[in-house]
Amino acid sequence: MAGLATAFGSGAMTNPINDVFKSEAILVTGSNTTENHPIFANYIKEAILRKGAKLIVIDPRKIDLVDYASIWLRPKPGTDVAWINGLMHIIIKEGLHAKEYIEERTEGFEELKACVEKYTPEYVSDLTGISISDLMNAAIAFGKAEPASIMYAMGITQHITGTDNVKSLANLAMLCGNIGVEGGGVNPLRGQNNVQGACDLGALPNVLTGYQQVADDEVRKRFEKSWEVEHLPEAPGLTVTEMFNVAEEGKVKAMYIMGENPMLSDPDLNHIEKCINSLEFLVVQDIFLTETAKYADVVFPGVSFAEKEGTFTNSERKVQRVRKAIELEGEAREDYWIISELSKRMGFQMDYDGPGEIMEEICKVTPSYRGITYERIEKEGIPWPCPDESHPGTPVLHVGQFARGKGQFSAIDYKEPAELPDEEYPFLLSTGRVLEHFHTGTMTREGRGLNMLYPELLAEINPEDASSLGIGNGDVVHVASRRGDIEVKTTISERPDKGVIFVPFHFKESPVNVLTINAIDPIAKIPEYKVCAVRVEKVG
Amino acid sequence: MVDLIIDDKDVTVEEGATILEAARSAGIDIPTLCYHERLSPIGSCRMCVVEIEGFPHPMTACTTPVTEGIKVTTNSERLVRMRKETLKLILVNHPLDCPVCDKGGECTLQDLVHDFEIDSGGYQIEKVDWEPVYSTPLIRYWPDRCIMCLRCVTACREIKGLGAIDIGGSGFGARIAVVDKDKCESCGECINVCPTGALTENLSRLKGRPWMVERVMTTCTYCGCGCQLEINVLDGKIIGITTKDDVGINKGSLCVKGRFGYEFIESEERLTRPLIKKDGKFHEASWNEALNLVAENFSTIKASHGADAIAGLSSARCTNEENYLMQKFMRAVIGTNNIDHCARL
Repeated sequence: MAGLATAFGSGAMTNPINDVFKSEAILVTGSNTTENHPIFANYIKEAILRKGAKLIVIDPRKIDLVDYASIWLRPKPGTDVAWINGLMHIIIKEGLHAKEYIEERTEGFEELKACVEKYTPEYVSDLTGISISDLMNAAIAFGKAEPASIMYAMGITQHITGTDNVKSLANLAMLCGNIGVEGGGVNPLRGQNNVQGACDLGALPNVLTGYQQVADDEVRKRFEKSWEVEHLPEAPGLTVTEMFNVAEEGKVKAMYIMGENPMLSDPDLNHIEKCINSLEFLVVQDIFLTETAKYADVVFPGVSFAEKEGTFTNSERKVQRVRKAIELEGEAREDYWIISELSKRMGFQMDYDGPGEIMEEICKVTPSYRGITYERIEKEGIPWPCPDESHPGTPVLHVGQFARGKGQFSAIDYKEPAELPDEEYPFLLSTGRVLEHFHTGTMTREGRGLNMLYPELLAEINPEDASSLGIGNGDVVHVASRRGDIEVKTTISERPDKGVIFVPFHFKESPVNVLTINAIDPIAKIPEYKVCAVRVEKVG
Repeated sequence: MVDLIIDDKDVTVEEGATILEAARSAGIDIPTLCYHERLSPIGSCRMCVVEIEGFPHPMTACTTPVTEGIKVTTNSERLVRMRKETLKLILVNHPLDCPVCDKGGECTLQDLVHDFEIDSGGYQIEKVDWEPVYSTPLIRYWPDRCIMCLRCVTACREIKGLGAIDIGGSGFGARIAVVDKDKCESCGECINVCPTGALTENLSRLKGRPWMVERVMTTCTYCGCGCQLEINVLDGKIIGITTKDDVGINKGSLCVKGRFGYEFIESEERLTRPLIKKDGKFHEASWNEALNLVAENFSTIKASHGADAIAGLSSARCTNEENYLMQKFMRAVIGTNNIDHCARL
């Protein structure tokens, strides 16, 4: 989100999903939308099939949306900045950029122009493996569309250049005047039900609620007064990836983990295990005894979404109600109750008569949520910013003006991924999800339904690679990186390019994150899950 | 804009609108069965026939666009007779097994048969023993109940953009069949649009009539789309997930996880007691014991190593209220900004 915040002043989907019906072109990149955001994908397909929008897919994997695309570019993984600069180079050369919009609403264009000058189609084709004619077609289709929207997900951010990739997409969108207009926008599709909400409500080391900076004295003073505390810490804290590294050094002694499973979701699991083992005290709060909970000293039993009241904020920034459908099982308790009780025992009173009262407090301290009440969202959610109770919410951001004033172009050069295939580790490993399962599988791998459809982990491998390795469909392979190794069953598929193996991360039996690299984007601190080097060998 | 008269009422609608849309915009109800607001008109069931002055034969309101000045009659003896015949012909194939059908009580066909006071079929043909030709582990197809309205086929093509199912066979032998097995995602869009009990959820072991079931509208727990769904509860147990066509971004649609991924909620593996580890093994504990132990340890570590020696991970799976409280706890109670969650992962 850091990328969009730099460019526009706010890091979230700029437009609602039904805006794609107003798009002339839709660029989807680094998002396997049909499997990870199936309902958003319905909208994209409807925009193409019934409203005549043109779909441009730019993705190393031959994802299902490729079947609906007018243009599909297959770049080498990790070359995003290169192809985006390449598209901008062509758009500027062809004079398709939005000159008036750039003049009136943005800054930094000359630097950008100078930077992309060297990204000629020939040079970009060399870096990315995309043909010159494909690049030209995509650039012209995107440049001519009025408006064009961009959808992206973790395929863009999970790189050491994640922030650069996002800023580049923001450049591309501003270059064509697509921000602040219906049917345009740069739209990060959030992968979990309430990632947006967790960010909005300050579960981040550098900001309080509504992205108010902890380093800002005024902000802290307001919160100190509202929370009735003498002093709030001013230095930004550690990110999730840093917490574990620091734990290994003995600087973090205790962790309190609520509803997360880093022992399956984080990169380089052998390293994470070492870090967790070096903690003096670990508390895990979850609904299952997850791989992470097994390492805990104390486990608090929480409850699922079906057993609690509250709100989630979807990817479109829309705050929607969560309602209790069934009673709590055994002594499991709502997370808010557990935190309040713990807080009281540490000498800080947290007395809330249920989540509704917490929401009232959120509204008081959060300008962008101020006008959102349970009563108002009883029937339909409201997208923030919503500054007061008469405000209808804001479906499209940056209309007329960017949140930061002028849109900021960033001149960015292409950098290689941290670890590329070599002689010893000749394959490129990419990780992700499948339709039937979710994240670390704690929810979807329970029960019969979804597991009848997708019972066991399958690594996708290209037919050419399969034949040169002597692998048939369903054969087990041994996959090793510099950090660890796993065995996994394969499915032969056209989806990954030659030289690439794709392994979903839902399965604890073959935890692919044993292999991934703990190389992170220097700003967003997102790990490079989409690129690392591995060796693949047939077992037996 | 186009002006027309429906049942002696002046109606003005946009060009290209159908007679059905015009009638509905004027609050005039025309019975329908295959028509679905999210789909292109299908025109297979003939329930929505209307008379247009000057035309000898009634036409289907769902497929006929308005033209300037036409006079439309939506209800007459002749139309009622035709609609009754249509229903009787549908009942030739459709068994009256409503007592054992999941859809009983919220079935469009059942309602229409009731509204038109049809007590017996009147027509009979030799009974066909159907083999189900379209089913997934999660979706059951009842070919005898299928009235071939083609809503499911159209929804799979238009809403999901897949076209995994289509008509198989011909004449009386025609039924819904899978045309591309690999394309079907078991999303259940077909179940959602089926106006009868021909497509049913095949996962829940418990079934309940609509009036016995409590339906709680909530937000899906999986991806960031934020679909609105109803958890169906019977005697405190979850028996399935349904949706409403006019609620939320999903407008009745769900993916396979949203519609069928609810079993984990009542899994026997769920944690129900606080656990404390002693000598490498977990022991059940009371809340008091567990909370006190954590409070003590956090306080001790904070006192000896400082607040920044403690770090917290909040959760994208939890509510806004819980995330707010977690960061407040870390900042105000522990005294550190070491708070993050899995947005990066």
